[in-house]
Amino acid sequence: MAGPRLTRRGLLAGGAATAVGALAASAPEQEPSRTAVSTGAAVEPFHGPHQAGVATVPQSHAVFVGLDLQPGVDREAIVRMMGLLTDDARRLTGGRAALADTEPELAALPARLTVTFGFGPGLFSTAGVERQRPGPVRPLPSFGIDKLEKRWNGGDLLLQICADDGLTLAHALRMIIKDARSFAGVKWVQRGFRRGPGVQAAGSTQRNVMGQLDGTVNPRPGTADFDRAVWVTDGPDWLRGGTTLVLRRIRAEMETWDAADRVAKEFTVGRRLDTGAPLTGRREHDEPDFDRLTPVGFPVIADQAHIRRAHVADPGMRIFRRVYNYDEGLTPDGHADSGLIFASYQADITRQFLPIQRKLAEADLLNEWTTPVGSAVFAIPPGCAPDGWIGETLLS
Amino acid sequence: MFSRRTLSAALLFAAAVTLTGCSSPATGTAVPASPSPAAASPSASAPALTISDPWVKTAEKGMSAAFGTLVNNSDNEVRVVSGASPLSSRIELHEVVEAEGKMVMRPKEGGFVIPAHGTHRLEPGGDHIMLMDITEEVRPGAQIPFTLTSDGGATLKFTATGKDFAGGKEDYQPGMDMGADKGTDESAG
Repeated sequence: MAGPRLTRRGLLAGGAATAVGALAASAPEQEPSRTAVSTGAAVEPFHGPHQAGVATVPQSHAVFVGLDLQPGVDREAIVRMMGLLTDDARRLTGGRAALADTEPELAALPARLTVTFGFGPGLFSTAGVERQRPGPVRPLPSFGIDKLEKRWNGGDLLLQICADDGLTLAHALRMIIKDARSFAGVKWVQRGFRRGPGVQAAGSTQRNVMGQLDGTVNPRPGTADFDRAVWVTDGPDWLRGGTTLVLRRIRAEMETWDAADRVAKEFTVGRRLDTGAPLTGRREHDEPDFDRLTPVGFPVIADQAHIRRAHVADPGMRIFRRVYNYDEGLTPDGHADSGLIFASYQADITRQFLPIQRKLAEADLLNEWTTPVGSAVFAIPPGCAPDGWIGETLLS
Repeated sequence: MFSRRTLSAALLFAAAVTLTGCSSPATGTAVPASPSPAAASPSASAPALTISDPWVKTAEKGMSAAFGTLVNNSDNEVRVVSGASPLSSRIELHEVVEAEGKMVMRPKEGGFVIPAHGTHRLEPGGDHIMLMDITEEVRPGAQIPFTLTSDGGATLKFTATGKDFAGGKEDYQPGMDMGADKGTDESAG
């Protein structure tokens, strides 16, 4: 019988342990594949000072859902909704069926499932707590590079559901949306993916659909720099331990990107495609030397190279990017609809996100091949205790 | 409107549930919102009967039904013979059976029997607590108080959470088409 044990990434839930035990019992002659079972049974803790799904090592699948509260929904209804959704999240992330789960067997392998809730600007006004809304939690100012489409913008409530398994994710979304839809309608759904579990060494920087190593300079969870960059420690009391999310849908212009040669691609970003090393270095994590000049006197890392424009010297002022790729299909001509679901977490949007975004919008060679098509902003409330619910610090 | 404390505690689901033993009948005065079963029980003895994961199907009017898993912690069989809730003056303990090739629900003869140290599931398509002519809408996330009474007179008080649910549409009256959605809320059980 497999007892509770620690995995590297999280605690094994009682329910999941039972599933492992049942599997072992049904096939006593065969040692079940340890790797496969631990991936499916791995649990990310739901309770704590912060919501899971931010500092959590990114799972391979994600779905982001933006919902708009229905007319007639008031604060009392939002409280009922968040009680239901928190209960669903608590059970499902622990490998247990949701209450009144129609497919309880699909809940048995949580595969590091996390469910993260965010509150958009409209929720604050609907709940009558507009004064508690952090100022920057509102639509971003418009940027010259934006080609935003309404179908990807805004939302009163965010669901971010992530797991290392697509079927687990589908079931969690199904159970949670069934409890949300009496209160809110679906505005948009964005599905994303990263490398599958075990495909790369843990901690490896991921590549995006354009082939670039994406996220080399990212605060590392568990460090003081990460905590300072991500978690809210001042501002409204209710948001302490929470954070904010800027969610941008960025289309990759793959057809024209294909037309650029490797030298141009590397010049655009300021890094090599193979190693991710800055053009002034040899290894991915070498510090870029922004002052180095070519023999003829031009900067090696161009003035408008992406990494120069995005550079932030103070680690505590960086943003934390937890990005997913998307690839939604093909036009009849075989053209791609793919890009990046750019999820940026930061304690303060005005101090951290906006200055970087302004610099990139002003001049970034990469803008030629990337187009923001969606934008949404949410406050991410702190986590809760086993007898609590997400949003209680704002709404109770 | 309910308080954070009430909601939090209700979400523990398994809490606030006591059926006092036959040795101390009619002392089931547990507070539904109490955060722990121990605190909920005014007597020192462990509750004989508890319920886990209680929920009640949302409905605008007419019928609804409540579900959950009854757990008998005692050495003796427990027989639940009646139910009550402010939501309805007419509550029946139902079973779903096949009659003339159709699944129908009807009052269960003798109530629900929970064996010693056993469980008894109340679920859509099976035994359930039936509410007729509900006095107000059951909204999703609502906290609805219930009381079950055993044949010995002991009571189990608990709070069930309102939950949207598509199933549980067996006909109450034998002879009607099974599973046909009449588009009303009159088939909630």
